Amino acid sequence: MTPTPLPATDPIFGKLSLAALPLHEPILIVTFLGVAVGGLVVLGLITRYRLWGYLWKEWFTTVDHKRIGIMYMILGLIMFLRGFADAIMMRLQQAMAFGGSEGYLPAHHYDQVFTAHGVIMIFFVAMPFITGLMNYIVPLQIGARDVSFPFLNNFSFWMTAAGAALTMISLFVGEYAQTGWLAYPPLSGIAYSPNVGVDYYIWGLQIAGVGTTLSGINLIVTILKLRAPGMGLMKMPVFTWTSLCSNILIVASFPILTATLALLSLDRYAGTNFFTNDLGGSPMMYVNLIWIWGHPEVYILILPLFGVFSEVTSTFSGKKLFGYTSMVYATVCITILSYLVWLHHFFTMGSGASVNSFFGITTMVISIPTGAKLFNWLFTMYRGRIRFELPMMWTIAFMLTFVVGGMTGVLLAVPPADFVLHNSLFLIAHFHNVIIGGVLFGLFAAINYWWPKAFGFKLDVVWGKISFWCWVVGFWLAFMPLYILGLMGVTRRMRVFDDPSLQIWFVIAAIGAGVIACGIAAMLIQFGVSIWKRKELADESGDPWHGRTLEWATSSPPPDYNFAFTPVIHNLDAWYDMKTRGHERPVDGFRDIHMPSNTGTGIILAGFCLAMGFALVWHIWWLVIASFAATIAYAIFHTFNYKRDFDIPAATVAAVEAARTRQLAAGA
Amino acid sequence: MSADPYAVGHDEIELPHASMRDYVIGFVLSVILTAVPFWLVMERPFSEGATAAIIMAFAAVQIVVHMIFFLHMSPKAEGGWSITSLTFTIIVVVIMLAGSLWVMHHLNTNMMPPHDVSQLP
Repeated sequence: MTPTPLPATDPIFGKLSLAALPLHEPILIVTFLGVAVGGLVVLGLITRYRLWGYLWKEWFTTVDHKRIGIMYMILGLIMFLRGFADAIMMRLQQAMAFGGSEGYLPAHHYDQVFTAHGVIMIFFVAMPFITGLMNYIVPLQIGARDVSFPFLNNFSFWMTAAGAALTMISLFVGEYAQTGWLAYPPLSGIAYSPNVGVDYYIWGLQIAGVGTTLSGINLIVTILKLRAPGMGLMKMPVFTWTSLCSNILIVASFPILTATLALLSLDRYAGTNFFTNDLGGSPMMYVNLIWIWGHPEVYILILPLFGVFSEVTSTFSGKKLFGYTSMVYATVCITILSYLVWLHHFFTMGSGASVNSFFGITTMVISIPTGAKLFNWLFTMYRGRIRFELPMMWTIAFMLTFVVGGMTGVLLAVPPADFVLHNSLFLIAHFHNVIIGGVLFGLFAAINYWWPKAFGFKLDVVWGKISFWCWVVGFWLAFMPLYILGLMGVTRRMRVFDDPSLQIWFVIAAIGAGVIACGIAAMLIQFGVSIWKRKELADESGDPWHGRTLEWATSSPPPDYNFAFTPVIHNLDAWYDMKTRGHERPVDGFRDIHMPSNTGTGIILAGFCLAMGFALVWHIWWLVIASFAATIAYAIFHTFNYKRDFDIPAATVAAVEAARTRQLAAGA
Repeated sequence: MSADPYAVGHDEIELPHASMRDYVIGFVLSVILTAVPFWLVMERPFSEGATAAIIMAFAAVQIVVHMIFFLHMSPKAEGGWSITSLTFTIIVVVIMLAGSLWVMHHLNTNMMPPHDVSQLP
């Protein structure tokens, strides 16, 4: 085997040329026009209303964990719309491509769509959403002023955004990977994917991975070091506990992804043979390594939402959480066990009976702590005064939906059953069942629950309920047919079908996706209507749901410094405890508050990294060197910035707190 | 960490005590632990398998030396967090390495023998 010589590259533009623009794909042209016109309108409006300075000073350069949290949520929302557009395209294609019809997506495009859908939904939707949520809520729940490393937080966000931007650029410049969301070699090797798609995949994930790992470290340190006095580990709110475990998983598993993708890029760029078919390479090793990261990843996503469900169930049942200690231990058990199950993703690769049975059993064992959690929530509701507000509705929908997903998961954990169901639509239905029913429903519960904290007004209930019912009904319509199809043996990632009797199921699934689209639209309308009616929906108390944890002790939205005085904790449900003990808000004796200063370094460094990623994708070596050098140089330059902090004068704190006193008095 | 102004009011963290003596001991041990494997490879006094095993053992000891003398890790450092996170790291790394070796061994054994290209007609 002689290595394929690299095609000659231009010294200035590398492999980039006008041919990289997808001018022959009408769908992409229309999309590009839409994005370009929409983007120009947004940019024009920002300029028209002179918002650039405001955005730069107050948002892009902010080190405030609350604003960074909101920016994460906005990033997640934007990428969610892109990922969902991919989903609709797939559903349409599969509903059409019967009886000799080729559908409307050519194979080259369709393969990119299903890859991009998976990558975007996991890395650039679910991850920013949970990171944003943890960023916003955790410091408030533990009574801290900010995270431990505020600048690092801003940098992490912009690295995640840069990874997302690189992935989006691939839509209009070149192409994306056509490999499936985990880019298994040898397909993703240079021999079978000679174009830039896999390179976009690698560098998008590597850049975003830096942000994810750093924010994981940041939140672990925050939770361990910045808790309010009196808050021992076993007095931490459950959401903070699950966030801690989720971030530990991030820090322990993302380096594996980074290393695996680094080896793959060496195969692609330097001609090594880690994962090739020949010369001693083993593609199976890639599959093994990527799932050692990949399985903890799904628990990274779901654990924080288990925390959300715990907070919501407890608050809206008006009771303390049933079995707090068992909840914490269940979370810790899941954290450890999630490292012992990765092989269940490739039972069929042929490790044999002993290995498969070990991993099958560990997988089934993991359902025990998960089941314990579910019973804890049910017992919390038992004899509670349940208020069916939107967060609670999402939580109940989660319980009903997630149990089905969990059971099909245990079914897939049985190796002989998995040999029948592996890579089928049954699997697709299973993981959408747990990710939509668990992660997304949890996020919607969290958004409805904490929106008043972040913005000072509740979300509109009518549009919220419309969205809720569309989502729940749409989910069942869209994914139950996939279970049935999977049991009939239909495999995933198919573009055209021969058997006409299957079509009806795909049509039902497409209708379901349409109903979900209505749910998404209703949710966007809900946000819009709520902002429009924010005066009517305003919450003056800072505690609209009669919450139990510390974030409800402060005003909505919280002041920059979160708490004028660091609260002292005596009990698990700290705020509930303060309320029942007749806690008096301190109204004088304020002191200067030491705060971190905003800095543009995060966005600038991430910008250089984005340029470097783009240059690496297209083999533009001078730009790689230049942007790498610029990144290092600017990072060093930043260390000479000594204007890192400032004091909020006591007088300002007193004025803010006095306004809050008046607000509370007016509301009472 | 304790220099972090935002940690004010929270429990103060004990900084690791670094002394010249520690660094010298660590440096000398590291040099010995590096030089011996080099010598083993160059002079080959033992069989191949034994040499590899000894080098691995020296590497493991080297890791411990670095952690104690350069990273100043001890059961008491950072209020016990340092040893807790080390334990967790070891658990995860052992699971990963042992698991991968086990899984890949079985996969390799179960694979069809590789085609030797030179033997094909």
